Amino acid sequence: MRLLLIAFFALFLNACAGPQLRGTSDLGLIIERASGHVTLINTTARQPYARIGGLGDLSHASAVYSRDGRYAFIFGRDGGLTKIDLLEARIVKRIIQSGNAIGGSISQDGRIVVAQNYTPGGIKAFDSDTLELLSEVPAEFAPGHFSKVVGLADTTGNKFAYALFDGGEIRVTDFSHPRQPTTQKFPAGKQPYDGLVTPDGRYYLAGLFGEDGVAMLDLWQPEKGARKILENYGRGQEKLPVFKMPHLRGWSVAQGKAYLPAIGRHEVLVVDVATWKEVGRIPVRGQPVFVMARPDGRQIWVNFAFPDNGKVDVIDTLAGKVVHAFEPGKAILHMEFAPRGENVWLSARDDNKVLIYNTENFAKLGEIPVESPSGIFFTSRAVRTGF
Amino acid sequence: MSPSNFIFGLFFLSTATVGSAKLAIAGEPEAARQKELVHLVRQDCGSCHGMTLKGGLGPALLPENLRDKPAEGLAATIYYGRPGTPMPPWKAFLSEAEAAWIVDKLMTEFPQ
Repeated sequence: MRLLLIAFFALFLNACAGPQLRGTSDLGLIIERASGHVTLINTTARQPYARIGGLGDLSHASAVYSRDGRYAFIFGRDGGLTKIDLLEARIVKRIIQSGNAIGGSISQDGRIVVAQNYTPGGIKAFDSDTLELLSEVPAEFAPGHFSKVVGLADTTGNKFAYALFDGGEIRVTDFSHPRQPTTQKFPAGKQPYDGLVTPDGRYYLAGLFGEDGVAMLDLWQPEKGARKILENYGRGQEKLPVFKMPHLRGWSVAQGKAYLPAIGRHEVLVVDVATWKEVGRIPVRGQPVFVMARPDGRQIWVNFAFPDNGKVDVIDTLAGKVVHAFEPGKAILHMEFAPRGENVWLSARDDNKVLIYNTENFAKLGEIPVESPSGIFFTSRAVRTGF
Repeated sequence: MSPSNFIFGLFFLSTATVGSAKLAIAGEPEAARQKELVHLVRQDCGSCHGMTLKGGLGPALLPENLRDKPAEGLAATIYYGRPGTPMPPWKAFLSEAEAAWIVDKLMTEFPQ
């Protein structure tokens, strides 16, 4: 009897020691660009909970999430594609899919992960369960010439929009049949450097480096072709040097307006999303790199290219101007808002820290030591189109 | 002074002279500045050329990529930029001699 009791007790203890159930919506990861690690974090505790290594060259790495927020797909500069389990804090699978990659995206139904590559120029689709290669679409824009692919973004119907830096085109590839993709091509303009899909999945914008303007394609009416907006925003004035390319994503859209970095001007351009006309420009303290709206659209946070990369400006969208300007640390590379925007996390690369601020009163809430941090990606991205 | 000390003195003098002559030609930056320049190249040039210099939106900058290119032209590209491409001029942040030093290191082995 006594033995039975002990056995029962042991069984009971064992059950207690089993895996703790938990959700994923307050988890995320921080890229450590120089050391090939990611630090896993919790946005409720505002603390790291694990660190994973062996991810290769993570300079300019980015991540997308499975629909359940459990798995992150990390695209490394060296063409590495790594699937991470955030709950078990481990690498599930890792492949080298190209020679030089710049990011990726995940389909509306979550089944296809697509990587965008510089070398060889093109995109590749993978099964999100197994990372098996499904198909590959080279970015050939003239016989034998392949372009670097920029601005890949998922949109409705398992379609992906992207731009060709060398080819000057916007392309839309439909992966409804993942092994037999079809691609539409649209002339866009000189040297598109990045792109975004609006949060509703309707419009694709490609920022142009080689000319003043932004190419815009209505994905609901692609037969109308791409057209230019914000044409000649530089008004023929000489550009200031650009020491880092700006980044575009759907976070630029807030309160019916798109807030876009100007190229070679220390300004944020404001465009009405209903008419696609410029409705304002806001002077800031450097060449904007990330122009990111807080999830509610009340604020826009702006960081800058070298040599102004220690500064951050905050625009109030109601006032239409910068209301808070500060220098939170050395080399602020990236920003990420808590899912509902009460906090923002900033990577200070040369301080080896991630800084956490309250977005309402700009008070610093804490910091996390992280080696050479760059991108910060929270699982709230899992449910957003174009992320 | 013993003969051995004299020889040592001569040796020291000759290496010191060679060292300073080299300094005058290459304009080698001081150690602390070298560290800053290496950081600048890996981190900020790395935005486009990759932190490992294997290339990104900008071309790769490894020795095998630069071998056939004239060093002077490369230094001028760093200093003045290259119009028509995204390569900006870096002259506000370094001297021509420092640009030449960066090219020299890129063409041989770039420090970590």
